[in-house]
Amino acid sequence: MQLGDFAHLRTGDKGDISQVSVVAYDPADYPLLARVVTVDRVLAHLARLTVRRATRYELPGLAALNFVLEGALSGGVTRSLSLDAHGKTLGAQLLDLPIGDGD
Amino acid sequence: MTARPFVRIGAGAGFAGDRIEPALELVEKGRLDFLAFECLAERTIALAQNARRSDPEGGFDPLLLERMRRVLPAARAHGVRIVTNAGAANPLGAARAVATLAKSLGLGAVRIAAVLGDDVVEVVRAAAFPLIDRDGSSADLPSILSANAYLGAAPIAEGLAQGADIIITGRVGDPALFAGPLIDAFGWSIDDPVMMGRATMIGHLLECAGQLTGGYFADAHRKQVPGLARLGFPLAEVSSDGSAVLTKVSGSGGRLSLASCKEQLLYEILDPAAYYQADVIADFRSVALSQAGPDRVVVTGGGGAPRPDTLKVSIGYDDGFIGEGQIAYAGPGAVDRARLAGAVVRERLALIEAAVADLRCDLIGFDSVDRTDLGMPPREVRLRVSGRAAREVDAARIGAEVEALYTNGPFGGGGVTRSVRPVVAVASTLIPRDRVTPHVVMVEA
Repeated sequence: MQLGDFAHLRTGDKGDISQVSVVAYDPADYPLLARVVTVDRVLAHLARLTVRRATRYELPGLAALNFVLEGALSGGVTRSLSLDAHGKTLGAQLLDLPIGDGD
Repeated sequence: MTARPFVRIGAGAGFAGDRIEPALELVEKGRLDFLAFECLAERTIALAQNARRSDPEGGFDPLLLERMRRVLPAARAHGVRIVTNAGAANPLGAARAVATLAKSLGLGAVRIAAVLGDDVVEVVRAAAFPLIDRDGSSADLPSILSANAYLGAAPIAEGLAQGADIIITGRVGDPALFAGPLIDAFGWSIDDPVMMGRATMIGHLLECAGQLTGGYFADAHRKQVPGLARLGFPLAEVSSDGSAVLTKVSGSGGRLSLASCKEQLLYEILDPAAYYQADVIADFRSVALSQAGPDRVVVTGGGGAPRPDTLKVSIGYDDGFIGEGQIAYAGPGAVDRARLAGAVVRERLALIEAAVADLRCDLIGFDSVDRTDLGMPPREVRLRVSGRAAREVDAARIGAEVEALYTNGPFGGGGVTRSVRPVVAVASTLIPRDRVTPHVVMVEA
């Protein structure tokens, strides 16, 4: 199973910060997401992303997690050399984050 | 204005280049009281300041007059009042231009309020304010082009209270474009953090327009969006307690669902307990969403803490040039040949001692935006070499060396493109609230 089987995601940006929300389709899956989709797992999956600091906020009322990845946008949208300066494509890359039987 | 049971407010644009047709559809079929257009990206004001220097009457969103030409006749006919931040670096010039347009369209008396006071470039130039998005202070930035404070909803509500049909601002917090009309309609106190938090929440849900109704959402399986090509923009039917029904006009494309609303509620939010705006530190933790029918979601809850003592300021500054060149490779070994080409360009730029920095080689189709290490080498790939330079002539050397790969590089390169663009970058700081004086100027057509 993969994260995309349980959750949908949206990516936004603020300066040099990328923000990715992970929302459970079914609120009953929120405890699983909260247990499995940790900062460490996200950063391990995005192996070539460098960040200065990563924070996860929990929103049980919305069955959602919010990841804030500081320093993820190569200096920020307005001066980045990256093809995707906003980092808009980041969240979709987490759709295949593996969620195994052991989770 | 006297209190009323509910107010209908729509989102007519979620960014400067947004589509106009959905806004017109909302005006004609949405039974709206207000329509807000969010049209001002972070660095747009800095670019607009340059435009205003060459034309003192210019410096506002170049699409504003086309939007108003298309939307104003129906808006006047249906009594829809308009709020937009398309004034950019010159809200007053924009208001005068819209007044002239309204006259030429024969729309009768139209009152337009320009919200001024966000331009704080002289305040910022006169002192060193610590930057909040990096080390250093505003005094370290080379050639500051603009500095604009994010104003709150009060001057928008004031303009509406003075009877304006159209409000044109420069930089304000995006949610304030929606909070201003709600304050005007319901008489909410700007000093009430709970109601300002709810107004901010509703504004935040609406400010990206089509992103609430199925835009930036569609995918296979559980995320299919019907009629995406005819994507309708959202509206909120807001009650006096700060709850709202989010919906769109029947017959429009898209889908407004719990899923799309949850995504938008968290979009570009960092700490959901502390969303900093000029009027409030909004708290979204208690927000509850529930489906009330097809394309209808009820939103309740939300609150906030009293407004911060400082206002966020975006500083636009000249950051030199970015030069870029691209070339495609295909067939077996395409990735290896593209990598060799990138290495050759790097070495040649060093050999000719080109004054370029931060050189970067991306393989589009393989590793340019993918940040995992799960990619498989594709059969076609496009090398993109980019870098910075202080001077345009140096930035141009990057594309020139990529073009030279045609006859001087690896086997089978094709489809070269090259570009140089000036960079207006943005840094952020905070300044004390009392250094900013928002005010309203009325213009009549």
